[in-house]
Amino acid sequence: MQVRVLVRLKPGVLDPQGRAVHHALEGLGFAGVEDVRIGRLIELDVANGTDHTALTAMCEKLLANTVIESFTIEGLGEPEGTR
Amino acid sequence: MAFRAAVITFPGSNCDRDMAVALEQISGAPAIRVWHGDAELPERLDLIALPGGFSYGDYLRSGAMAATSPIMRAVVAAASRGVPVLGVCNGFQVLTEARLLPGALLRNAGQRFICRTVALTVENTSSLFTSAYVPGEQIRIPVAHHDGNYFADAETLDRLEGEGRVAFRYAEACNGSARDIAGVLSANGRVLGMMPHPERAIEPAAVSALGGSDGRRLFESVFAALASA
Repeated sequence: MQVRVLVRLKPGVLDPQGRAVHHALEGLGFAGVEDVRIGRLIELDVANGTDHTALTAMCEKLLANTVIESFTIEGLGEPEGTR
Repeated sequence: MAFRAAVITFPGSNCDRDMAVALEQISGAPAIRVWHGDAELPERLDLIALPGGFSYGDYLRSGAMAATSPIMRAVVAAASRGVPVLGVCNGFQVLTEARLLPGALLRNAGQRFICRTVALTVENTSSLFTSAYVPGEQIRIPVAHHDGNYFADAETLDRLEGEGRVAFRYAEACNGSARDIAGVLSANGRVLGMMPHPERAIEPAAVSALGGSDGRRLFESVFAALASA
């Protein structure tokens, strides 16, 4: 079973990498970019039946640092879980 | 009794030898080297040191993988019993990832790796690690990091400052750290994480070209506190 975890910096956490990319986009002449935030996509292949609780624990213990990051679990065939 | 300090080496640690040399120079006793895959620490430790480097190639987040290693479970257990823990640079990142210290270390605000000697203000001189410094003293210690930008929410920062848990602050612009925080203490004052490298500034004044000697008193503080305990 394929699961995707999207890890994003929380609002208010400075993202210097995103800022640099934003600047580079403007340098390339792309107008109208208001902001750029860079996150991380983690694809997991897990045993069928792996429940949301287990995936949430994986995110909280390792995949995301909840001090600075939020995460979204997608592809479970059930309503998306967002924290 | 001889001072018993353990230096943990993770795959990718690169300041473990410097840390061991600093501890040996100041305490006169050899540091015990411990590998990340060990499940247990030596007994009766006076100090556990987590060195700088790039543990696990900084995969996922700096310090995140190391925080899950077998030895870190033992370090967390030892810290909960009150064994002093010092984390420098990558060691500081590991301590935040292991939740032994609050906050997180983000990419430097300027995006660049910073490798130079910086001025620090010693904010707390009553801790186990800082008692040999003078309140408000400025010292010079080398930094070498890419992810040293300390972050915590405002409430946490207020609490750290209110409880005197900011050990060191940058006295000059460095990496964008919240409130210029360079080092923080745990609630019981027995865990210190700092980005600057005191172990790189321990040479006697005669050879102070090698990074100065301002880091020396950090180790002397710990040694004095534990020798008199």
